[in-house]
Order: sequence, then structure tokens, then C-alpha cells
Amino acid sequence: MDAFIGFIVKEFKQIYRDKRTLVVLFGMPIIQMLLFGFAIRNEVENAKVSVLDASNDEVTRQIISKIDASNYFTVEGQIQRYDEIEELFQQGEIDEVLVFEPDFARKLHRGERPAINIITDASNPNLAQLIQQYSTSIVIDYEIENGADGKVQRGGLTANVNMLFNPQLESVNLFVPGLIAVILMLISALMTSISITREKEMGNMEILLVSPLRPGQIIIGKVLPYLVLAFVNVLTVLALAKWVFGVPFRGSYSLFLAESLLFIFTALALGVFISTKADDQQTAMMVSLAGLLLPTVLLSGFIFPISSMPVPLQLISNIIPARWYLVIVRSIMLKDSGLFFIWKETLVLVIMTLGFILLSVKSFKERLQ
Amino acid sequence: MRSIKFLLQKEFLQIFRNKGMLPIIFLMPVIQLVVLSFAATYELREVDFHLVDFDHSTASRQLVNKFQATGYFNLQDHSQDVNEGISQMQMNEVRLVLVIPEGFERDLKSGQPVSVQMNIDAVDGSTAGLIQAYGRSIIQDFGSEISVRANQVSNATAPGIAIIPASWYNPNLDYIKYMVPGILVVLVSMIGMFLSGMNIVREREMGTIEQLNVTPLKRYQFIIGKLLPFWIIAMFELAIGLIIAHFGFEIPFVGSVLLLFGIAGIYLLVVQGLGLFISTITNTQQQAMFIAWFLMVVFILMGGLFTPIESMPGWAQQLTVANPIAHFIKIMRMVLLKGAGWAEVQNLVGLLFLMSVVILPAAILRYRKSTG
Repeated sequence: MDAFIGFIVKEFKQIYRDKRTLVVLFGMPIIQMLLFGFAIRNEVENAKVSVLDASNDEVTRQIISKIDASNYFTVEGQIQRYDEIEELFQQGEIDEVLVFEPDFARKLHRGERPAINIITDASNPNLAQLIQQYSTSIVIDYEIENGADGKVQRGGLTANVNMLFNPQLESVNLFVPGLIAVILMLISALMTSISITREKEMGNMEILLVSPLRPGQIIIGKVLPYLVLAFVNVLTVLALAKWVFGVPFRGSYSLFLAESLLFIFTALALGVFISTKADDQQTAMMVSLAGLLLPTVLLSGFIFPISSMPVPLQLISNIIPARWYLVIVRSIMLKDSGLFFIWKETLVLVIMTLGFILLSVKSFKERLQ
Repeated sequence: MRSIKFLLQKEFLQIFRNKGMLPIIFLMPVIQLVVLSFAATYELREVDFHLVDFDHSTASRQLVNKFQATGYFNLQDHSQDVNEGISQMQMNEVRLVLVIPEGFERDLKSGQPVSVQMNIDAVDGSTAGLIQAYGRSIIQDFGSEISVRANQVSNATAPGIAIIPASWYNPNLDYIKYMVPGILVVLVSMIGMFLSGMNIVREREMGTIEQLNVTPLKRYQFIIGKLLPFWIIAMFELAIGLIIAHFGFEIPFVGSVLLLFGIAGIYLLVVQGLGLFISTITNTQQQAMFIAWFLMVVFILMGGLFTPIESMPGWAQQLTVANPIAHFIKIMRMVLLKGAGWAEVQNLVGLLFLMSVVILPAAILRYRKSTG
């Protein structure tokens, strides 16, 4: 036992003596959090709209000013000819063009259906889809408010929309919890996998193995400092989320911390597993960096909703640990979900952790033979 | 020249001897390109919803049918309790709780104001916006159909404004074509930056760099010998990626592929220079990898790959000037999808060239200092 404690103390000292690495390990997540928290937005803000208004009457002017007044759009100007649109899009200056047909108001009053063409530059399809929907929504709003000039009855049916948990639709509230997951995953998996393969590469592993320490103890000794480190990162990132970004925290802190600890375990176990398979640091790094970075960002639901993905990808996303932690974090922070609501996700993480540990032990034994 | 040749030979030998690395260098990027390109979409598929129907009338059933018929909404569950729906939302089982009030049909037929309640899980704002927009237009359509019938209006179409959307350049709103070039850039960058930079710290950490330093090898020869292999590998991967993009994903290749390769050559020097620079300011592979990882994540997430640069605040948009990945992603998309030529991309290429001219000599200079 003394040897074990001594070994752990040594590991801690080794990592915490290296000031440069420490600055990197604690500082970078903070910088990333600040940078991304402020910069990453998928909400549409001030999309640039140009108008081709062949009618130029009361109704079209009202609709245009309603579009302009919304946060989503800025009306940049009017154009006169249809063939100007192509040029505007090619230059990339304008995201959307609204085309009103002539005689708009009169047709509307007569009970016909005058048309608005909503033309988007769909070379960025995500953006195009969002702004198309938003402008449609604004036009529908206009119709409801004005009862389409009061002469046409619309049956009085309206939709009363409640946006729950995030009424302002702020993407910070979506991304900040996601960032916690991405940062934790990569730090924990990357650092452990590298630190263990480093010992192998340097030949120290052999020395450790002939010491009175058991393999399990060696691994624990290696992993423990990173566990502490990652946990401190959770606390700083949480503090940033709360005080800098004003992300609401509606749920239980202790549940959040417990779940975060569980997720760190998962990531550390994955790191250990990678290290049992990789022979040198470079391989370990490429697997945990190049292999985990994009899948974690793309398949966890961090930016793109998993429900939008094709079914095979939805299935693959199930094996991404961050996917489950992300649901947990968002649920606790924004929805005040208790353990009862997220037990499934928690269970998946527990199983994954045990699975990685089991696999690591197995391949560790194989290697020793 | 001969010594560079030998060094190259040694480097390639080292790379190809490492059986663990080969699949990572050559197979992993291809798999990621093929698989991940499908992931980056906001397109609304089936939204599971919870129905609370207090009316139980023909009209309320018709409305629910209309919701399901669009293919965007899927009735997951129903109850007589809104809170039950909200708890299902907390468990992430549904994202919409649709509430139809009592007297829905009666009021609708008599022309009274009626309102259907949509409770939307807004944690993901963009999705919530889409659910709102789709849901509202279904409800609106339903309302006007009913009113047409009620008013016995002779013309079959409902009055109001006809909204006709059109998506130019990409009428099917196909996300794949937009994502493939971007993801390819990221994969090639990772190979270029991680491998070349790490390779040098590795020699330092292992102590083998001392041996190289006492050889008659000139510094620039050493650097070329270290950078060139991974430059070639990255270019090779770009070529494979483009072949997959063209034949697998039917990316149109409107512009000149040759131009693209020329630019890629410069671009890779920038990323490799960065990797090299990182390796000169670090002592261990661990540190180097962490810094490289940090830079990479910043470049990717702020490069306009997943979220539009236009949505960022002004200061962040200005920061992207220093982001080589952002420039190259933009160039790839412009050239491959819109057919941009030299005239359109020359400013961006100029920026990349400038970066390579700054970062490479800086890295070489620092390298000399650090090995003293």
C-alpha cells in the first residue's frame, strides 16, 4: 500500500511540477470556452435581404418593414430587375431576395392569392433553410395580425407557441453545455492515452511492471492526476457558463458534478483502452485526436441535432460517449431534469465505462503474456 | 541534395514501418469523410410529439392527421395532461407538446377565435425554430381550409398570401455537397499539422534529434526532410478525398481541380509550419499535441465549417482572417461548387501565401534557437 501511495504522489508531482503543461491544461479550456461561447452561433441574425417590389403598395411596404424589424433580417436595399439577383448571390453579399408580384395589395383585397417569392442562396443549405422558414413565419404573422386586411376571414385559428427551457432561443444555452462535453472528452482521453503510452515508449512500463505494484494500481496512479485535473476543469467551465455566459442552471449541482465525474471516468477509461492498443505516443495521439475530434463534435449532437441525421448515423452516434453526457448536461442545466429523467443516459455511460475498463484489462493481460 | 534524398527515404521508411499508424493515416480519414459528411444537417426529420386533445372531435383528429401526414411529425404519445407531455420532454422523448383546447371544432365552425398551443423544447434553438415554422404553417393551412368550407367561397383556393420559396444553386437543399469539401479540408489539415509537427518533438523527446544535429545535414535540409513526406501524404489524401467526393458524393467540380491542388500545396505549408512551430516551443509530445489540438479545435469551430461565420459577432469574424482553415474551406467550396476561378480566390490565396511566408521561417528560426 505504501508503494502505491508513493507512486500516486510521484505521478501527481510529475504532472504538477511541469508548469508549462499545467498552464496549457487549465488555460486552454478556459480560452476555448470564452472564444466559442461568444463566437459560435447557429442562430440567424441580420441575414441580408434584398427586395424586388413590383407592387410597392401599403401591404408590401408593411411586410418589408416587418421583415426588417425582426432580429433575423436586415433589409439591405431594393433592386429593380429580376436578373440582378444572380449577381447579388454570386458576390455573396445577399442571403435572400423577396419578390413581390405587381398589384399585390389589390389582389389581396379582392380575395386572390398574390405571391411572394422567397429566393435564397442555398449554397449554404442550413442557412437557406432557416431563413426561408423565418421569413415564411413573418409573413404568416402579418396575415394573422391584419386578418389579411380584415376582409378575409381565416377561421380565427392561430398557433400559440411556447418555447420551453430556452425561450430566447439563445444558442449559447445549447453550445456551452456541449462544449463542456467536448473539452472533457478530449482532454481526458487524450492526456491519459498519451501519458501511458509515453511510459511504454520510454521503456518505463517494464520497470513499473517488475515493481511490487500491480498493473491495476499502475493504471490508477496514472489516471488519478488527470481525474483531478479534469474535475477542476469542470468547475471552471461551470463557473464560466454561469457567470460569464449567464446560462441558466436549473437543476441540481450535486447531480451535475456526479454525472460529470462519471463522464470523466468514461473518457479516462477510453484513454486507457487506447493506450493498451497503441505502441507509441504518436499512434495514441492520432487515435484520440484525429479519431475522436470530428466524431465527437459531429455525432454527439453538439452542433447538429442527432434526430436530423440519417438513421445509420443515429445508430453510430450511440457509441459516442459525449452524446449521452451532452443530453445529461443539457437536461440538468436547462430542464431541471432529475436522475429519474436521465437514468437511461447515465446507465449507458456506466456500461461504457465498465466496458472500456474490461477491454483494457483484457488487452493488458494479453500483452504481458 | 543526396542527403535530403536519404533523409526522405528514412522518413518514409519510418512511416511505412509503423503498422499501427498506416490505417490511421490512410483509412481513418476516408472513413470519416464518408461517414461524417452526412451528419451536419439541421434538416427536420421526424419530430416526436405528445398530443393533448381536450376536444376529441373530427376537426381535432383532422388536424393531428395533417401534422402526421407531412412526414415531419410523429405522434409518440397522448394524454389528457399537459404536464405529462412536459415530463416526456424532460426525458427527451418528445420535442413538441401539442394542445388542442376544448370546443375546438365548435369554435372553429362558428368562426370564433381558436388557438392551438404548441409547447416546443427550445434547448436547440434552430430546431425549435423549424418546428415552430412547420407547425404553424400546418395549423394556418388547416384554419384556412376550414374557413373556406365554412364560408362556402366559390374558388377552391384559400385567400391570403401565397409564399413560394426557391433555393438557388442547391434546389434540393443538399447538405452533403456543402459539407464534404469542408470536412476534407479538416482531415487533410489534421494529417499535415499533427504528424509533421509531432515528428520533430518526438525526435527531441527520444533524444535522437541530437544524433541528427551532429550529422553534416544542414538545417533547411533537415526541415525539408521532415516536412516533405507528410506534405506528399496529405496531398495524396486530398486526391483520394476528391475522388471520393466526385464519384461517391457527386460533388460537381465546377471549377479547376488543378488550381485547387496548387492552392492546397501552399495551404499545407501553412499548417505544417504551424505544427513545426508548435514543436519548437514544446518539450514533450504531450504538450505539443495538446497545443495542436487546441489550435485545431479553434480553427475548425471558428472556420465556418459547421456554423456560418456570418453569424459570429464582429470581433470573431475579424479573427477568422488569421484562420487558414477558414480560408481553405471557403476556397474549396467556391471552386468546387460555384466554379470560382483565380480572379475570385486570389485574395484568399494571397493571405495563405502570406501566412506560409511568416510561419515557416519563424518555425525554422525558433528551431535553431531551441536546439542551440
